[in-house]
Amino acid sequence: MKKKKSSIRRSLGIGLGILFAFFVYAYGFQVTKVNLAETKSEHRQQQLFRILRALARPNIIEYEKEVFEVRVPVMIPCPADGFEPDPIEDTTQPYMVVTPSCSDPRTNVHVEGFNFEPLTRGPLNLAPFESGVNLQLANIEIDRFGHFEATVLLPNRPSDEAHEIIAITRRNVGSPKLTTTAYDTWDKIVETVFLALLATTLGVMIAIPLSFFAARNLMKDVTSSLLGISLSILLIPAGLLLGLQVADWSYQVSQALTGNMMMAVSGSVLSPVLVWFGLRWALPQQENRPPKTNVKFFRFAVMIVAAFIFIIFLYLLSFLLLTWGNALDKALGNFGFLGRFVRDLGDILNTVVRVIVALGVAGFFGSFAGRWGEALSRRKDSLSRAAHVLLAIAAGAALAIILMAITNWFYLFRDINLYYAYAGGVGAVLGLLASLRYKSTDAVPNGLILYYVARTIFNALRSVEALVMAIVFVVWVGIGPFAGSLALALHTIASLAKLYSEQVESIMAGPLEAVQATGANRLQTIVYAVIPQIIPPYISYTMYRWDINVRMSTIIGFVGGGGIGFLLQQNINLLNYRDASAQMIAIAIVVSIMDYISSVLREKYV
Amino acid sequence: MLKIQNLTKIYEGGVQALTDVSFEVPKGQFLAIIGLSGSGKSTLLRCINRLIEPTRGKIYWNDVDITDASDEELRRIRRKIGMVFQHFNLVHRSPVLTNVLAGRLGYVNPAWSLVNRFPKSDIENAYKQLERVGIADKAHHRADELSGGQQQRVGIARAMMQNPEIILADEPVASLDPVLAHSIMQYLEKINKEDGVTVLCSLHFLDLVHRYADRVVALNEGRLMFDGLPKDIDDAKFKDIYGREAERVG
Repeated sequence: MKKKKSSIRRSLGIGLGILFAFFVYAYGFQVTKVNLAETKSEHRQQQLFRILRALARPNIIEYEKEVFEVRVPVMIPCPADGFEPDPIEDTTQPYMVVTPSCSDPRTNVHVEGFNFEPLTRGPLNLAPFESGVNLQLANIEIDRFGHFEATVLLPNRPSDEAHEIIAITRRNVGSPKLTTTAYDTWDKIVETVFLALLATTLGVMIAIPLSFFAARNLMKDVTSSLLGISLSILLIPAGLLLGLQVADWSYQVSQALTGNMMMAVSGSVLSPVLVWFGLRWALPQQENRPPKTNVKFFRFAVMIVAAFIFIIFLYLLSFLLLTWGNALDKALGNFGFLGRFVRDLGDILNTVVRVIVALGVAGFFGSFAGRWGEALSRRKDSLSRAAHVLLAIAAGAALAIILMAITNWFYLFRDINLYYAYAGGVGAVLGLLASLRYKSTDAVPNGLILYYVARTIFNALRSVEALVMAIVFVVWVGIGPFAGSLALALHTIASLAKLYSEQVESIMAGPLEAVQATGANRLQTIVYAVIPQIIPPYISYTMYRWDINVRMSTIIGFVGGGGIGFLLQQNINLLNYRDASAQMIAIAIVVSIMDYISSVLREKYV
Repeated sequence: MLKIQNLTKIYEGGVQALTDVSFEVPKGQFLAIIGLSGSGKSTLLRCINRLIEPTRGKIYWNDVDITDASDEELRRIRRKIGMVFQHFNLVHRSPVLTNVLAGRLGYVNPAWSLVNRFPKSDIENAYKQLERVGIADKAHHRADELSGGQQQRVGIARAMMQNPEIILADEPVASLDPVLAHSIMQYLEKINKEDGVTVLCSLHFLDLVHRYADRVVALNEGRLMFDGLPKDIDDAKFKDIYGREAERVG
């Protein structure tokens, strides 16, 4: 009995489901403006066929044309005494006959041609007397016997003199050759592939380190006491500022050396050697007991000096690359792009060093802060409890003020100091709450917090179409492939970091555990247990992404991001479907080649 | 001397894996840990080197409290405790030699190890350890090219690279056939007898326990059910450990 009831219910459910689906699709038809009448309209179909036929004949190959012009006089309207054209002299040559040979404007005449080049085509024009223009009357197609017939309407060009009807037909001569469209397409497709390559390279370089932050299995074990976190929040911004300052000092020191080429070269050769020996001394390969404090201090000092020398070395290197790049650019002539590349590398190095030094010093401060915080919280006395609360308040306020400063950069508040005060107050209260929530010895899962922040940023970035990013970059660096590659690179970072991090999450936990059990620290664990496991999927995803980037770079040109999309869009807008077809074919070829290469590489390395 | 006091582990979600486990292991002992799957053997072993954080209780090793060690102290403790796993836990795509050298990661300077530089003495030692377990010729093969028994020997070589004072073996022979099982157990025995390394080894088969262990502790649902000599496990004890329905085989 019960069963029967449920089956009725089920039928009812299915019925309602179908009804619902009916409603959904009906509404879908309504909002997408499905118009079946339009698809059947004769006129529209004609246009469709025209475009499809144009697309089927890509403008890739052309021939030299031999042009034949055949003329016959015609009078509009007939003069009083009638008009009789001169008789045809040589009926073995191509000729035309117009009947009648004179007529009123807007009346039909019959044009017939003989001895034309068989199976050619072309326009039939009227050239009004001494006007220098051609009015197209019809398109003619010559049959197999060199004959055509056409009935054409004479235009309203009354004149006392005879006009001429001209038939222009063309014949292919010589061997086929590539059209300018083909050459342009080749140029742009090369640009597209390299645009994608640069975007992928840049994206991968940044996505790999970031992906570890978005991997839950690595981040969930990262914990710290609230004290450590508070100290880090306070010290990391200070580290960033100091890092920038250090970079500036080093830059000035390196400037002093760059006045003289000999000094610059010898400096950049000597400094790595110095750094190497410094590090060899300061970082012994292994020690069985903790070193004494004064030894530790000396090592620390040597490492600082080594780091400083190394930064100077990088600046010198950047200077040398810039100088030599410029020289090469001039010396190499056609291969000047190599020199310009060297110069740009120098320029990039110059910028990157500043960022890396800032991040490095900040990281250094952060790790020290973490360590001090840990040591302080382990004391478990009143000092550590007081520091626990006070530092949490200070860190909360500092973090809130920093966030407010970033917000202010976007919104340019009028009374910013007031806002800073509010933000600081709210942050301080939140810090206080956090310090009450956690005991001073509790482990706060800061790794998971970082994980969620990283995930959120990646998801937000990924949801922005690369096309939209390209628009922003076009504003920044101007129209062209550079903007496109930067936009694609940004999109690549977001999506690859996510894909990579999922690979990190799916590695086998066993080796990780085994390496941890040997006493390896977190970085060692990553290098020895994580990286060997993720290399194959990373390669595979990188190839896949390059493939995607090639495809995306074909449309990024629509908004000025360079690549073949620019040409394609132009030709579509100008209704040059045959040219657009050439570009579409080029894209198809490149995409399938990419697909093939990536599948071969994936098979080989995975 | 390893001293475990009132060790309790409650996992997130409330699963109580260990309840008030206390026992001591004198230096140089071969201690077998037995119990059904899920009885807490793995959790117990992993609490000792804090791959799993204990919820309550203390673990003292030579009077140092492992449960309260800072990161830096823990690194120094872990490097003296080798670990061998049921599924070997080698990094498959890395060469055998790299897997063995990983045993030195707790000793070498992290900065150098990140660029894969190990002291010469370590590399020589790695070859020596591989020779000791009889697979020196496989040093440059990828780890996943080796058979199960060979992989476990690499696992032992890796643990021995740590120059350990304790070896924690988590069912080291459970995924090997009986012949291989004995050869692996013999290596552990040799390490125990010749080098005086304390061995804590969880095992499934009582015949292995009788053959190799100096002493047995048994866990049932996270509680210590038995602590004594292997020969003292009689039928009544057996049913305590493995449950009423269990029958002795072999």
